[in-house]
Amino acid sequence: MASSRPDQKNEPWKDPGAQPYVRLEKLTKKFGDFVAVDDVSLNIYRNEIFCLLGGSGSGKTTLLRMMAGFERPTEGKICIDGVDVTNAPPYERPINMMFQSYALFPHMSVQKNIAFGLKQDKVGAREVDDRVAEILKLVRMEQFAKRMPHQLSGGQRQRVALARALVKRPKLLLLDEPLAALDRKLREHTQFELLNIQETLGVTFVVVTHDQEEAMTLATRIGVMNHGEIVQIGTPSDIYEYPGSRFVADFIGSVNMFEGRIVEDEPDYVRVASKELGATFHVGHGVSAAPDATVWVALRPEKIVLTRARPEGGEDNRVEGIVAEVAYRGDQSIYLVTLGSGRQMRVTQPNTLRQGAGDRVRWDDRVWLSWDSSSPVVVTQ
Amino acid sequence: MSKPFLLGELMAWIRARGYSGRTLVTAVPYLWLLLFFLAPFLIVLKISVSEMQLAMPPYQPLVTWISDGVVALRISFENYAFLLKDSLYWKSYLNSITTAAISTVACLLIGYPMAYGIARSAPAWRNLLLLLVMLPFWTSFLLRVYAWIGILKNNGVINNLLMALGIIDEPIVMLQTNFAMYIGIVYSYLPFMVLPLYTAVEKLDNSLLEAAADLGCRPVKAFFLITVPLTKAGIIAGCMLVFIPAVGEFVIPALLGGPDALMIGRVLWEEFFNNRDWPVASAVAIAMLLLLVVPIMIYQRSQGQQLGGHP
Repeated sequence: MASSRPDQKNEPWKDPGAQPYVRLEKLTKKFGDFVAVDDVSLNIYRNEIFCLLGGSGSGKTTLLRMMAGFERPTEGKICIDGVDVTNAPPYERPINMMFQSYALFPHMSVQKNIAFGLKQDKVGAREVDDRVAEILKLVRMEQFAKRMPHQLSGGQRQRVALARALVKRPKLLLLDEPLAALDRKLREHTQFELLNIQETLGVTFVVVTHDQEEAMTLATRIGVMNHGEIVQIGTPSDIYEYPGSRFVADFIGSVNMFEGRIVEDEPDYVRVASKELGATFHVGHGVSAAPDATVWVALRPEKIVLTRARPEGGEDNRVEGIVAEVAYRGDQSIYLVTLGSGRQMRVTQPNTLRQGAGDRVRWDDRVWLSWDSSSPVVVTQ
Repeated sequence: MSKPFLLGELMAWIRARGYSGRTLVTAVPYLWLLLFFLAPFLIVLKISVSEMQLAMPPYQPLVTWISDGVVALRISFENYAFLLKDSLYWKSYLNSITTAAISTVACLLIGYPMAYGIARSAPAWRNLLLLLVMLPFWTSFLLRVYAWIGILKNNGVINNLLMALGIIDEPIVMLQTNFAMYIGIVYSYLPFMVLPLYTAVEKLDNSLLEAAADLGCRPVKAFFLITVPLTKAGIIAGCMLVFIPAVGEFVIPALLGGPDALMIGRVLWEEFFNNRDWPVASAVAIAMLLLLVVPIMIYQRSQGQQLGGHP
């Protein structure tokens, strides 16, 4: 699911000498007693697509609105390209935003909507025309310049909103749920278009989304938010493969989570006995936890192998169960397998053979589940 | 068995003729208007093209039977010609329109910030504030205008207060001036301006103003580039609701205005009751109506564009 962006090769966040482009320092926003954003510090680098991912009420939109200047932080500082903009009004910030509702001016044509921002900067009429034409071409909306917003489809409005925000060549583009209003097919298509445009223009993006797939596809890095705090920052694959907490593991993708106790703690592996599993996990990475501490093991459904025959090898990382549900999804099937402990385990298997061909696993079949020791992740909180 | 279902049968009868229930619902108010607006209008129109006579009724019939089935129809446009000839009429028309226009602008300038403030206040406050705007309607219009006499007259509330405070030695003459008349008109018609403006501002999506600010537009400029054009329908509706009745306003200029406040409503009154010249008075009324129909039509057109422009 994670895209391999060219930017990922040079990962500026791993370079201690790199200058962050956007710096949020201890940002806090309170609405009365309610703490919407709680002490968030964050560095975003040039040309990044940084996704703020979280459920509703996680504070991601408030954080974005503080960057845009619509909300004043209760505490903390916002610097963009080395300039402190914490108290600058929105119309003085080198930032543009694409609103979730697109917020196109209904009484202006597409052309006038896009030219609006340039006219505020007193750009000459010739240059306005040229730049509007250029950006319309980029979002492939040239033939709609004279249309009014209500004459456009949702996807077209989205492009106009994007063009309007990009035409001012902002240092930072904020996108609030940019694809939420589009249907699924169009959303997928638009995701890749957004990536192309970002690469062409080299603008730094901050995207707010509740859709983890969207975040996975777009982001160079993701900041997962919960209760106003950023709980984990990392590349999409980091977040997916190495979730730092139960919340993150659960929020991103689907996961099987088992409570257990560390029975063997070595520098390069741990063994976690789990009553819920009815077996022992052999986890191929070291864990910093007290011996005998309660930990959780997260195991992604697609990393589990489902077989009728008992897999060869030792006793760890395998368990027997009975298939309770099968959901056919076309490209893959989802199996819910009831273990001896009564817990159910979610397993996805690609449908490499066409339905009807081969020996298909059905309801009430007795099956074995097994996985590699690199697959499970131990989280301590 | 059919008696209890009279309405149902009526509906069935209507539907059988290809009309829907909607037709019935709209037909009732149309019939009402036809009866109580169009019919009197036609009567007044008829009087306006007849000639005056000192009798009861004080005008000559349009149609007279001569003899042997010969009918004479006498239509006179002399009354209209008279309106053009005598400068009193067009001056009072002009004065009425100027007065109404100034009052409308004053209402707009006072009403827009009010409507904006109400629309942007906390939802809990909003209904209370709206109620306060409408509260004066609970008292008789005439009573409220008389109250202004008490406030503005030479030994009224304002003058007494200012003299008691020693700010002035002699009362300021306010009553029976244009100032008092404008106060009366603006005060009376302000709610008609505030309510449509409130509806328009309340509908305005705040994210549009945020988008304008985000694109580098300062708040004052955004007000004129975004808020005003998008509340245009409310501005026009409010202005029409104030301007049209203000043109024909009779009571306020008579009670609060000076003797030189020559409004067309007053001229109309004098023609009817003092001169008993019904035909000229009717011509004045018809001319005023035509004068008002033009702005109404402009309003209707802009409404139509609004509907076409924003689904």
